[in-house]
Order: sequence, then C-alpha cells, then structure tokens
Amino acid sequence: MVYLTRKVEFSASHYYHNPEFSAEENARIFGKCNNPNGHGHNYTLEVTVKGAVDPKSGFVMDLQQLKDIMNTEVLDALDHRFLNKEVPEFFQQIPTTENLAIAIWQRLAPNLKTAQLHRVRIYETPDLFADFYGEA
Amino acid sequence: MKAHLTRRYLLSASHRLHSEEMSAEQNRAVYGKCNNPHGHGHNYTIAITVSGQVDPRTGMICNLADLDGFVRERVLERYDHQNLNLLPDFATKVPTTENLCVAIYEIVKRGFSYAHLEKVRIEETMMNSFEYCGDL
Repeated sequence: MVYLTRKVEFSASHYYHNPEFSAEENARIFGKCNNPNGHGHNYTLEVTVKGAVDPKSGFVMDLQQLKDIMNTEVLDALDHRFLNKEVPEFFQQIPTTENLAIAIWQRLAPNLKTAQLHRVRIYETPDLFADFYGEA
Repeated sequence: MKAHLTRRYLLSASHRLHSEEMSAEQNRAVYGKCNNPHGHGHNYTIAITVSGQVDPRTGMICNLADLDGFVRERVLERYDHQNLNLLPDFATKVPTTENLCVAIYEIVKRGFSYAHLEKVRIEETMMNSFEYCGDL
C-alpha cells in the first residue's frame, strides 16, 4: 500500500451563522466569523489516496487523473466563490473547516476508481487545518 | 461525522539538556551543544490535534475559541518565554522536546474536555519534530 498526496490552493469566502441561534448566540459562538458580509481565506487542500502500486505503470493512480478530478469536483465549484451562497452543501450547513473537509471528501470519493481516498486535509490558514478520513 | 482538527501555536523558551544521573563528561557526550551550561532557546511550534463528531448546529468539533483560550492560559502562559529547566515540570526531568511534548499532552488531556485529544506535535526547529499520542 502506497499513499499519494496532491496539494492545491483555492480562495473562497464564507461566514458562520446558524438561523436556529439567536443573534447573541451566533455572535458568542462564532465571533468575528459571524459577520454576514463574509470574509475569505486562501485554503490549501491536500488529498491523499492509497492503493497498491500498479506493476505496469508504477503508479498508485495517474496523477493527471487525480488533478482533473480535483479540478472538476472541487476547484470549479469552490475557488473564488462565496461558499454560503454558491455551494449547495453550505446552503444549510455552516462552511466550517470541518464541514469543508467532509464536503470535499463526498465530492471526491465517488469519482475515484483506481485508488481509494484516504484523507482530505484542508488548511484554512497555516495554523489551522481539519482532516477527514471518511469516518461516520 | 468524525473529523480531526489541528491548531498550531508558537512558543519561545530556553533549555539546557543535562542529566544529574550522568557525569559532566557523559552529559557533554550525549547532549553535545545542548549541554551548554548557559542554555539556548528555540521557537517551538506546537500542533494540537483533537477529534470528535462535528456538531451539526455549529459545524465544529469544538469551538476554536475554547481551544485557543485553554492553550493560551494553560500551556503558553506556562512555557512561553521561560527557562524550561527552572519550571517544576522539569525539576526531575530533562527538558527535551520529547518530555515537553508529553507534558503538554498531559495538560491538554487532563484539562480540555470539549474534544478528544489525538496528538501533540512539536517542531523544535524546521528539521526536528516530535509527536506524542498518549501511551498506546
């Protein structure tokens, strides 16, 4: 089993707000992130797949194929977007780093045929990242 | 769904690696430059990884403000800009980064109740890093 990681960057804006909470609760729980006009980050996404090395190609999976899937499924949908307003997963859910990791996993996993998705790691800033391993 | 969240913090401290159980010569042989009696310092990067179910109301494993507050009060206040050898934690232990990693893990494990502690990772320099996940 070999693990392969591909990294990309994208930029997006978001804000944190739960309509079920009062204005005070939203402000207390989410702090500055509750500003309804949004704010942005340069996100770094690391996608790790795992699998056996194909003896013919020497690959776990074709890196170009992984790049294409990441571009189509993730970057086209998220890069330079306001996550709350433009990405369907976040019409109801709050676009936290944790939920972003889960949403990206769910976008990628069904499209990976030759290798298995192992981890989605997303950095919101260099000092904060979330990992999702597909656990329930 | 279960996700992992990692937050990085910086602290600067000095230390001297010296064991009372060894002769001066042995200390110099084992610890080299780190045995300099006047000590030396590092900018340590502390990465704390917690895990847990993502709360559907907040989209979070735990509130980052709680983790930041806890780490600031209980870890950074304790170690930042200190001489580690003079702290009670290292009265009988050599303040290696291994031991600092275990000490910080124990503080977070005992005191932070909002998420499960997975791992403490410390980068002493860009080239050296240490991790502790509890006694497995």
